[in-house]
Amino acid sequence: MFADYTWTELGSIFAMQGFAGLILFSVFVLMALGLAIIFGQMGVINMAHGEFMILGAYVTYLCSNLVEAYAPSLFGVYFFFAMALAFLAAGALGALVEWSLIRHLYKRPLDTLLATWGLSLILQQAYRSIFGAREVGVSLPNWLLGSVPLTDIIEIPINGIFVMVLTFVIAIGVYFILFRSRMGMQTRAVVQNRVMAGAVGINTEKVDRHTFALGCGIAGIAGSAFTMIGSTGPTAGQLYIVDTFLIVVFGGAASLIGTIASSFAISQAQSTMEFFLSGSMAKVLTLLTVVGILMLRPEGLFSLKIRR
Amino acid sequence: MLNVAHYHVAYGQSEVLHGLDFTVAPGEITAIMGRNGMGKTTLMKSLMGIVPTSDGAAAVDGIDITSMKSYDRVANGIAYVPQGRMIFPTMTVQENIETGLSISGRSKVPDDIYELFPVLLDMKGRRGGNLSGGQQQQLAIARALATNPKVLLLDEPTEGIQPSIIREMARVLRRIRDEKDLSIVVSEQVLSFALDVADRVLVLENGRLVHDEPRASVDEEKVAAFLSV
Repeated sequence: MFADYTWTELGSIFAMQGFAGLILFSVFVLMALGLAIIFGQMGVINMAHGEFMILGAYVTYLCSNLVEAYAPSLFGVYFFFAMALAFLAAGALGALVEWSLIRHLYKRPLDTLLATWGLSLILQQAYRSIFGAREVGVSLPNWLLGSVPLTDIIEIPINGIFVMVLTFVIAIGVYFILFRSRMGMQTRAVVQNRVMAGAVGINTEKVDRHTFALGCGIAGIAGSAFTMIGSTGPTAGQLYIVDTFLIVVFGGAASLIGTIASSFAISQAQSTMEFFLSGSMAKVLTLLTVVGILMLRPEGLFSLKIRR
Repeated sequence: MLNVAHYHVAYGQSEVLHGLDFTVAPGEITAIMGRNGMGKTTLMKSLMGIVPTSDGAAAVDGIDITSMKSYDRVANGIAYVPQGRMIFPTMTVQENIETGLSISGRSKVPDDIYELFPVLLDMKGRRGGNLSGGQQQQLAIARALATNPKVLLLDEPTEGIQPSIIREMARVLRRIRDEKDLSIVVSEQVLSFALDVADRVLVLENGRLVHDEPRASVDEEKVAAFLSV
């Protein structure tokens, strides 16, 4: 399959597909960071995670339209407001869902699967009723359009670079919240032993709600970033949820580094193979490899070695 | 300091504690003795709000805590070292102690806690799950002390700990009582440890208190008879 290309062409293909893979990687990381908090830390199987992401995407779409219509002078920077709003909207919906649904199910983790799947169907239909079944796209400000030519045939899109920088900043932020802040310490305590966390004076209900809302809010930011590289439809979240779970499980449920490493491996493998093989063949190979590795390392790529 | 009156606790329909009445004076160490299945752990858990109380009341320093959530009880001055220690295994020693600071809002572990348990200072960067049993026990006590309690509950602290450390623990508990002037309730099966540490010995048998005597006049043989199987 490589025979039709010259060496320079091959090099450029790998470079550009590699970069396309990096953009996919960024969206995966943003999605997976939220899920790593909700599923990896809290143990809630959130099937509606993709829909929280799409909520963020729709919020960005609304922002882009409103700003374009009423305040065109701000169009260059609307994306930052949109992202903050996407975080708040998805986080608020997350807090509401935690209060009304999830908190009754902490002792029945498998039931969260059904409950959140139902929630995801409800949200999809809500999006369809409100925004219509057609996919929508946002218009990007000029400074995000175009690409940087590296050589004659290798070009790197600017919005891709922006998404990657954004992902990097958010990943660092999540690390600090989880491992360097009081809230993160309380979250980890509650996750490890909910009863005992209450008995050392941590308000477990509040921590649960904030943690779930944070995970959903990050999904909202992922959705916001997603609008830059793809169009948004009511069911777009479904396309990513399986990959995202795969990433979190493959990376090792409680490890942020693992989540990032496995997003990288899976997105690069997908993107490079998709160019040479068909999309479904690329998926089959990725899944087979992941299944194989998980048989050898059932706890995922990165797991903590301690006595429990 | 701790007042327990007419205290009933049940799991569903099966009642385990049938009306306990006792008080713990400020600065007093009380040992609650009893064989397995007599209700010691149930009493501790219900005082901590983990198992609901079906009837009666418990109060700390005059404040009724009977229907409070666990974390509100902690805020009102009750702290808990559970059976099996239950430290947070993937968190470091220092983080484990810091979880106890949530109530007070302080961010730095008080020095006196590390003074009581110097081994924890040496190991503050290690994960709690990698400590030995005795070190984990010290960590669980340190974590409870970080909440600045008035009443400290310890559920079978000697379980699975080697004898030399058990003697050391009795000394530490008395020192904590003297320095911090708090009341301690310790449930125990090991009579020698209880006599070592306690000012007063209660015996719990089939969910009722059948014996209550100050340490000075305890008849060792009689208490031992309650503990033998």
